[in-house]
Amino acid sequence: MIKNEAMKIVSQQEIAASIYELTLSGSLVSEMNQPGQFVHIKTGNGYEPLLRRPISISSIDKENNTFTMVYRAEGKGTSLLSQETNDTEIDVLGPLGNGFTPEAAISGGTTLLVGGGIGVPPLYELSKRLTKLGVNVIHVLGFQNAATVFYEEKFQALGETYITTVDGSHGTKGFVTDVIDKLSDSYTTIFACGPTPMLRALESAYKETKEVFLSLEERMGCGIGACFACVCHTAEDPTGFHYKKVCSDGPVFRAGEVVL
Amino acid sequence: MNMLNIKLPGLDLKNPIMPASGCFGFGKEFGNLYDLNILGAMMVKATTPEPRFGNPTPRVAETSSGMLNAIGLQNPGLKHVLKDELPWLNQFNVPIIANIAGSQVEDYVTVAGEISRASNVKALELNISCPNVKEGGITFGTDPDVARKVTEAVKAVSEVPVYVKLSPNVTNIVEMAQAVEAGGADGLTMINTLMGMRLDMKTGKPILANKTGGLSGPAIKPVAIRMIYEVSQAVTIPIIGMGGIMTAEDVIEFFYAGASAVAVGTANFTDPFVCPKIIEELPVLLKKLGYNHISECTGRSWNKHEQFANHRA
Repeated sequence: MIKNEAMKIVSQQEIAASIYELTLSGSLVSEMNQPGQFVHIKTGNGYEPLLRRPISISSIDKENNTFTMVYRAEGKGTSLLSQETNDTEIDVLGPLGNGFTPEAAISGGTTLLVGGGIGVPPLYELSKRLTKLGVNVIHVLGFQNAATVFYEEKFQALGETYITTVDGSHGTKGFVTDVIDKLSDSYTTIFACGPTPMLRALESAYKETKEVFLSLEERMGCGIGACFACVCHTAEDPTGFHYKKVCSDGPVFRAGEVVL
Repeated sequence: MNMLNIKLPGLDLKNPIMPASGCFGFGKEFGNLYDLNILGAMMVKATTPEPRFGNPTPRVAETSSGMLNAIGLQNPGLKHVLKDELPWLNQFNVPIIANIAGSQVEDYVTVAGEISRASNVKALELNISCPNVKEGGITFGTDPDVARKVTEAVKAVSEVPVYVKLSPNVTNIVEMAQAVEAGGADGLTMINTLMGMRLDMKTGKPILANKTGGLSGPAIKPVAIRMIYEVSQAVTIPIIGMGGIMTAEDVIEFFYAGASAVAVGTANFTDPFVCPKIIEELPVLLKKLGYNHISECTGRSWNKHEQFANHRA
């Protein structure tokens, strides 16, 4: 169920250039059941910024009633959020959307997790769930440069991990697809989150041969499906009036379900 | 004692707070968050004869204390609204104000004739002010003669009172209000969004795919207050006020300007529980200000104070 709660900051730290890891505590955590869902955060006090900020959940700790987000402080809202300190209360609405279904992967089989930039965080909770289900995971994570790489060791602890950077300052130079093209074809399922061109490339290359699930990003208004800001066409009716809402039908869709 | 009940043409409101059209869908999403029965009324999403996808994305862009939207009247079309959305809303004891839109007069007439016969639709809101569609919408809302004619046409077929939603994108709002009053409007709702634009810092290009969009949120509240202040003195039909309401204090200010009820729009995105919060806070605020009933606040900005001498016990 979607709840609204003033959640307390347990910790916040900059883990890469302008990339912050924020852990919040509160009873809302008991509602978080799926990796890939997101929360809608009110940043700052007053009317500016006016709208909430959708941020994906990167890990859930039910025992301690906490969850963690990793976000990039880029605009006004996320910059304000990054300045908040321990014990401050943050206005959280969530959990929102339909996330990844780890059950879609085959236990004992191998699954590929592909993340680009700030699309990497939700894959962390997903990878934890998958490994618990006995799924072998391979991570391919793309970043701009070495300064913005995060969670490399955390992912390595769960499975094989490849890093790419656009400028080649860390890992393989290039895009995630440069690594994936050279991987052995052992995986049956792909879960991905990142920029739309990356998702498009994965969809066109693997839609026919693998089970592919993509987490989309779009500018949002309400975050709960009421305002129709974040709609996309369905693949069956690419120019008609049938639609899916990224916030409430997604953000995760099966490849081929919606027009990217 | 009920300090908030209001009677308007077609509408018996337990309180004068309702979500604004386009910010609340057809209620389902917010119905998951709280009991919609607490609302005074509900202005549901604009309905056109045929389904519409609306504009390409991005459809929203944030601005200083506001936001631009260019949804483009996305809706499932009249048939679906009559078959699915309105029957679902029947479970609530809340009058529905059906927002109707189109690209030609015939569209408005088609939707009005059918939707006004739904049992829970107690009034229509004639959307002649959407700035985000190429045809119709705002073109009906900026020319007084055209606005009067479409009002007359809808009045002729509607089974319920007709409220006309006015656009602020005009030079003379009073002239527009008087024109639709002459056309038979039973009430006004105002204001729709102000046309605006935002450009991307890196590319220099518009952020919205539609290039322009409608500005809403607290940034436009002073414009709404001024326009309601002017219009309420120049017409005899009631006004449902809207434009940047975030708090119970804002509601009182709209009443002072001349509104008899209000709609809350963009604030639902910032705080999805804003309507129940305002409904809870209003009686407390009214008491603090020395009023017995919210209707005592209407038009206080221009009315002679003696007429309100009874507002203190």
